[in-house]
Amino acid sequence: MSVEEQAPSRAEVRAAVGPQSSEAVFLVLRRMRVPLIVLLTLFAISVLGLTLIPGTNPDGTPWRMGFFDAFYFMSYTATTIGYGELPQAFNDAQRMWVTLSIYLSVIGWAYAIGALLSLVQSRPFRQAIAVTRFQRSVRNLREPFWLMAGHGHTGDMLGTWLDDLGKRFVVVDVRDDAVDALDLGTYTADVPAIVADASTPDVLVQAGLLHPSCVGVLALTDDDEANLAVVMAASVLRPGLQVIARTSSASIKARMEAFGEPIVIDPFDRFGDHFAVSLRAPATEQLADWLTRAPEAPLPQPHDDIRPGPWILYGYGRFGREVTRDLRREGVEVRIIDAGTGLVDEPEAEVGLGVHLHPVEDVARTGDELELVEDVLGLVEDVDAHEGSCSRRAGRRWGAPCGAWRWAPCWRSSQAP
Amino acid sequence: MNLEKVVFGFFVMLAATLNFGFFIGDIDDPTVHNRYELYAAVVVNLIATVLKFGDRTQIGAVHLATSLVADLQLIAAAVVLVWATNVSPEGVTPSAMASVVSLSGGALLANLVSVVLLVIETVSYRRR
Repeated sequence: MSVEEQAPSRAEVRAAVGPQSSEAVFLVLRRMRVPLIVLLTLFAISVLGLTLIPGTNPDGTPWRMGFFDAFYFMSYTATTIGYGELPQAFNDAQRMWVTLSIYLSVIGWAYAIGALLSLVQSRPFRQAIAVTRFQRSVRNLREPFWLMAGHGHTGDMLGTWLDDLGKRFVVVDVRDDAVDALDLGTYTADVPAIVADASTPDVLVQAGLLHPSCVGVLALTDDDEANLAVVMAASVLRPGLQVIARTSSASIKARMEAFGEPIVIDPFDRFGDHFAVSLRAPATEQLADWLTRAPEAPLPQPHDDIRPGPWILYGYGRFGREVTRDLRREGVEVRIIDAGTGLVDEPEAEVGLGVHLHPVEDVARTGDELELVEDVLGLVEDVDAHEGSCSRRAGRRWGAPCGAWRWAPCWRSSQAP
Repeated sequence: MNLEKVVFGFFVMLAATLNFGFFIGDIDDPTVHNRYELYAAVVVNLIATVLKFGDRTQIGAVHLATSLVADLQLIAAAVVLVWATNVSPEGVTPSAMASVVSLSGGALLANLVSVVLLVIETVSYRRR
């Protein structure tokens, strides 16, 4: 099982020595150097002065304080315990020095404690503590676990299913709120999580990439480049480990597939495929849907009302392109409307129609577009571009005349990670 | 020139020289071992230790370890001296002084290792 014994071992060793769990301790030591030295020096000067300044015995003979007495006196004075003048009453010269020493020690303590408090509250320190805690909980995982990079919408759904199946996972996410939400505990098992950039190999190692119980990596961030970096790091540091990555870019997909044998999922492509299959063979789609659903999920309803009539495609982004391609391959007529923000390379696309606040209502109101809409049987919408307002408004307005559109909301693409 | 390096080198060297100054002389003769020098050696050693905090390199770790050894030995020497002076009914006997000085001798060895490390660090830095 030892990965280190395999051939490309250089990168593994480098990554493994990167972050260390004793980071917080070193940070404290390093930051506390100056306050400690100030404290030490002031204390040493006070003690030395006490031993040098001549005192007087009760009978008037000269007396010098020993180091031990001076150390004892300064220890209880500097810590504000204050037993009084021991071993005997001081003379005025000694009292002058002690007055000075008291103020010096107060300054020294105030500085040291202030420095310590500001260090404890500082962001790097708390980050170091969080990293230490995270590394410890990952190291102590004894069951097989998945390494999840990115815990947005997709990660949350997947996490819930993994949790239901009794599988453990570790989360890395760049967003504070994603990790905070995990702390609130919707999962039954404890999920170690850290706020960090998963595209850094060190972070993946911290998250247990080289851990013997790590069974796979899930690259689910909404950043294609970050997902690619995760796939690359996993395939180089831990060859042969199962990697599942998402991307909505064909070129990134190709680059991912150059590293090991990752399962790359392009949600837009998948959607287009499913859409096309359900147009051609609804029962097949229903069966596939049924077989691949999460445990305990309700049975999918058959989509009998899909008709291969003309479809309006609202929003021509990456998602729109995928769907258009898949639909046209099935011989379905597609009309494209785009607000003009995206790049539209379709000659017959209607660009710039949806620039107003209520895009679809506008589409329906204008005479031309009404015509366009009347024979439309379905509506596919890129939620990413229009936040879903399109189909909701369309539902109110066109519920009766346009039968097949009702079904559109379940075909909305969601860009949420 | 890096001021931090100057301060670091200064305290490491001063710790070693003060320690040596206290150590040198007949091992059981209290008159040739100045207790102020021992006090200064303890304080400077402690400061040198604090200066070595927070260095994660291998050589930094060894630096810190040798300093901690020197602190331990010197504090033990100071405790024995205080005990002999203030507590023991016989006062500072030659045997008590001998143990104080031999403890400081142990600290001196650790301090010498520190100085050697400093020199090694400097030499290897020059070569780079």
